[in-house]
Amino acid sequence: MGVGITVEHLNAFYGKTQALFDVNITVLANHATALIGPSGCGKSTFIRCLNRMHETIPEARVEGKVLIGDLSVYNGTSATQLRRRVGMVFQKPNPFPTMSIYDNVAAGLKLNGFRNRKQLDDVVHKSLHASALWDEVKDHLHKKSGASLSGGQQQRLCIARALAVQPEVLLMDEPCSALDPISTGKIEELIFQLKEQYTIVIVTHNMQQAARVAEFTGFFLLGKMIEYDKTEKIFTNPSDKRTEDYVTGRFG
Amino acid sequence: MAFSVPLISLRRRVMDHAMTGASVLTVLLVLLPLFAIFAYLVYMGIGSINLAFLTQTPKPVGEPGGGMANAIVGSMVILAIASLLGVPLGIGAGIFLSEYGRNRYGDIVRFVSDVLNGVPSIVIGIVAYGLVVMRQKHFSALAGGVALAIMMIPTIARTTEQMLLLVPQAIREAAYGLGVSRWRTTLSITLRTATSGVITGVMLAFARVAGETAPLLFTAFGNQFWNWKMDQPTAALSLQIFTYAISPYDEWHRQAWAGALVLIILIVSAVAAVRIAVKHGTLSGA
Ligand SMILES: Nc1ncnc2c1ncn2[C@@H]1O[C@H](COP(=O)(O)OP(=O)(O)O)[C@@H](O)[C@H]1O
Ligand SMILES: [Mg+2]
Repeated sequence: MGVGITVEHLNAFYGKTQALFDVNITVLANHATALIGPSGCGKSTFIRCLNRMHETIPEARVEGKVLIGDLSVYNGTSATQLRRRVGMVFQKPNPFPTMSIYDNVAAGLKLNGFRNRKQLDDVVHKSLHASALWDEVKDHLHKKSGASLSGGQQQRLCIARALAVQPEVLLMDEPCSALDPISTGKIEELIFQLKEQYTIVIVTHNMQQAARVAEFTGFFLLGKMIEYDKTEKIFTNPSDKRTEDYVTGRFG
Repeated sequence: MAFSVPLISLRRRVMDHAMTGASVLTVLLVLLPLFAIFAYLVYMGIGSINLAFLTQTPKPVGEPGGGMANAIVGSMVILAIASLLGVPLGIGAGIFLSEYGRNRYGDIVRFVSDVLNGVPSIVIGIVAYGLVVMRQKHFSALAGGVALAIMMIPTIARTTEQMLLLVPQAIREAAYGLGVSRWRTTLSITLRTATSGVITGVMLAFARVAGETAPLLFTAFGNQFWNWKMDQPTAALSLQIFTYAISPYDEWHRQAWAGALVLIILIVSAVAAVRIAVKHGTLSGA
């Protein structure tokens, strides 16, 4: 089951440059929330603060409060524990190139010491079903490497891999930007089904995509969260002039 | 305009063929010395390789026959010791350089390793003499192994570093994103992804030290008899070849050629065996 996310007064830095300024947001459990905004406005930085991926960059730093469910992200929890509850899908599909399809999906569990073969089989099976990839790969789970799949398949493999560790939240950073329209359609359909079980935060460049998959949308500009509301409201009747300019295509 | 199209295409075709020809030529130029050396070795050495050569120890001067069995085994033992010490240390240093060494400490290690790479092998032999032989008061296979290990470490460390740096950051992030710790990611994801490149580095270092003579002169020292103890003077093919080659006896010269041929065959088989083993363990389409 998904859990909600609360972010209060979040500031993020790369060395001395500040990339996020006082971001506040409450994300509802089991909904999809889209983040839109022009390139370089801090969408990736924001999403990477939610699973402490931001701090893996040298000199990067975060201030503020993030709650995943009732778990305080920057207060006492280890990053590895947290990331098992907050899965992530990246912009470019990044399967482990030397691992089989099966091992890619099982990687999160195996590398964390989980060895029960039968349960692993079960989890791999379920995760590949959930990411709508099972039928395409079931005949060569062990024979083919993750890198031998098409781009769209690779991205669904990465989704399966993230689901296999049974997270409560799924972060997706422009998951379709490297994919063709048909693969994009498949992944959007998938997001629709996944939010029954997970809370989804998806960064997207594509406003139609935000409108299609997300109930809530946040608009970022220059490191600030300008407006956050129901998707419909953002696209039809935004409160802020800058949001309106962006969604009507006047800049960005 | 319509005329100039076939003209350009003709020029391009000629150029294309010329370039292909030139690269084939350079390949031949590179391979030629290799084949020449190997052919000459076979020509000079094959006649003296027989069962006795592969199973007996050297005979005293004047007696015909005898072989290099003890030197073949000695070389294998010394190289095994060198690999056992040098491979893990070299890979470890490479991991440090690529994953934790993007700073001043890394720069120091990189500098030291590059200097070490340039130290003449005989000097490495003296170092191992001081470190091991003086302490044990014996020449030994161990001392020889240590000397060769010291020579392997910088090569392995720098190639491992380069190969790990080629692994995209996105692959590491994928592992972090699954809640995998940093050290686990390094060992099970980054190193694993770079395996074939790392192994190439290891094989290069191995092949390079396998034929070394100078560092063994006052470490392993050589031995005309069987020796199964790690702390006693031990025969090695390269030492035996050296001793026989500078001797005044024709019979020993012939045996030196045979020894050289056996040494090359051993190195090539070791490298090929590792390659095949690695290939066997990897997937299609990777
Ligand atoms: N690794 C980094 N080092 C320094 N600055 C960075 C780094 N990554 C991103 N930034 C800066 O942070 C800002 C926000 O970037 P990002 O979060 O990637 O934007 P978005 O995902 O919305 O396109 C940009 O100005 C960018 O230049
Ligand atoms: Mg981005």
